Amino acid sequence: MIEVSKLSKHFSEHLAVNNLSFTVQPGEVIGFLGPNGAGKSTTMKMLTGFLAPSAGSVKIHGFDIAKQRIRAQRVLGYLPEGAPCYGEMTVLDFLLFIGKVRGYRGKELQERVKRVIDLLELGRVIGQSIDTLSKGFNRRVGLAQAVMHEPKVLILDEPTDGLDPNQKHQVRQLIKALAKDRIVIISTHILEEVSALCTRVLLIAHGELIVDETPHQLLQRSKYHQAVTLYSENALDQAALKALPGVQSLEENSRDGSLTLIPEPGAVLFPVVNALIQQRGWQVQEIAVESGRLDEVFRRLTRGESA
Amino acid sequence: MKHWRIILEREFSGYFATPLAYVFLLTFLVLSGLFTFYLGGFYESEQANLQPFFTFHPWLYLFLMPALAMRLWSEERKSGTIELLMTLAIRRREMVLGKFLAAWLFAGLALGLTFPLVFTVNFLGDPDNGAILTGYLGSWLLAGAYLAASSFVSALSKNTVLAFIGALGLCFIFVVSGHALVLDAFTNWAPQWWLDMVSSMSFLTRFQAISRGVIDVRDVLFFLSFILAWLVASVIVLELKKAD
Repeated sequence: MIEVSKLSKHFSEHLAVNNLSFTVQPGEVIGFLGPNGAGKSTTMKMLTGFLAPSAGSVKIHGFDIAKQRIRAQRVLGYLPEGAPCYGEMTVLDFLLFIGKVRGYRGKELQERVKRVIDLLELGRVIGQSIDTLSKGFNRRVGLAQAVMHEPKVLILDEPTDGLDPNQKHQVRQLIKALAKDRIVIISTHILEEVSALCTRVLLIAHGELIVDETPHQLLQRSKYHQAVTLYSENALDQAALKALPGVQSLEENSRDGSLTLIPEPGAVLFPVVNALIQQRGWQVQEIAVESGRLDEVFRRLTRGESA
Repeated sequence: MKHWRIILEREFSGYFATPLAYVFLLTFLVLSGLFTFYLGGFYESEQANLQPFFTFHPWLYLFLMPALAMRLWSEERKSGTIELLMTLAIRRREMVLGKFLAAWLFAGLALGLTFPLVFTVNFLGDPDNGAILTGYLGSWLLAGAYLAASSFVSALSKNTVLAFIGALGLCFIFVVSGHALVLDAFTNWAPQWWLDMVSSMSFLTRFQAISRGVIDVRDVLFFLSFILAWLVASVIVLELKKAD
């Protein structure tokens, strides 16, 4: 369990993190979401004991990170922002170094290292120095280092940054597999990742916690939640659609001519839209109910844009 | 295995991962040779000892030891690996000790590679080999003092060049602190105990006896406590200044 209580950090005048409190239970995958400079990385640096908070406390499985740093860090796996690794070392030497630091010796050390090499498919590059690796491989070495000791708490700062779609998928599968009975905290600004991976979202902006809820709840905040999008090759009677009960507005997509009906809060549009289509005998090629658009919610919440 | 040993191994082999180790060893051997034979007048002195060799070590180390220590912490700060290291459940004192010992062992290796001089002097005459051994040990202690102060400076900045210059400046103060250059600044107004203390910190004065092969327990204790003091200071600095 992680208990964060009234955590703040200021760098001289600048307040980077302001009075953050939350607790995380095993099994949860937390997504730290927020614009650049919102305080995500600073929070992670405090959770892992790299930065000392200006105020407040962090407890990792009961260990206070300020007073029992070593014991807290033993249960932690951490991928810092940008996945820094010792560039002049080969992948194998680096992972052996990490394994030794984590307390493994002899046969167990070899097995642990082999396991993460297989897990992150690093076999091809074990002899290369880390400096010469592509960004994707570098990131995977950073992940390998973080998961080697199967930590109870995994904190990953932008784990999929710089990976191609296949690698992103792999890393997400890996995180999902690891998440069982553990705590995983990832930071990201890739919104699809949140719905694909996280059980809970902490949205941070200007160092403050704005939203703490499930991705599903976050989607419900979208004005597109329950919106209905129609695509037809024939022109549709826009006035009739707009006049339907519960329709707040209608947007026409200039790219493909599809129409999106945005509901009034709480309204459900699909039955009435469907009834109108039946009644008028329209030929509609596509009809889709949206669950919401995270990017729109994200923009609105973090920039204070009106809906 | 203790964490300091794992750090030591990584840092020590780190020297050999780049040409740094070889460039350093070569420079050290060439310079110490030049100092011994030209400036020190090894042949002209016609004495079977290594005093011409040891005499110049405080000046040689002034430039070479900061070069050896500058990367210890600055590199970690620059590349961001300090964040990794600091979150790996390693005690800070073990990190500081491991890194320092790696540099100190490497300096010992460089010093050890001057062994042909020992053969030469034994071939040419009949030297006091005990005094030579003392000289080597004293010189290694001196190198440790430079390295401890330099690694402290390295812990302050992510800029390696700055770490080098800063360490050079700091070490220079201790080299010349027994010299009129420094003492004159205090003579007219500072109390006598202060003058005594400043001059007692002088590497040159402390090392003079050692280079002749005379080793005083007080000098050994001075260098050892000097090393310890800077290592403790490094631990404190790392505690206070973790980021950037």
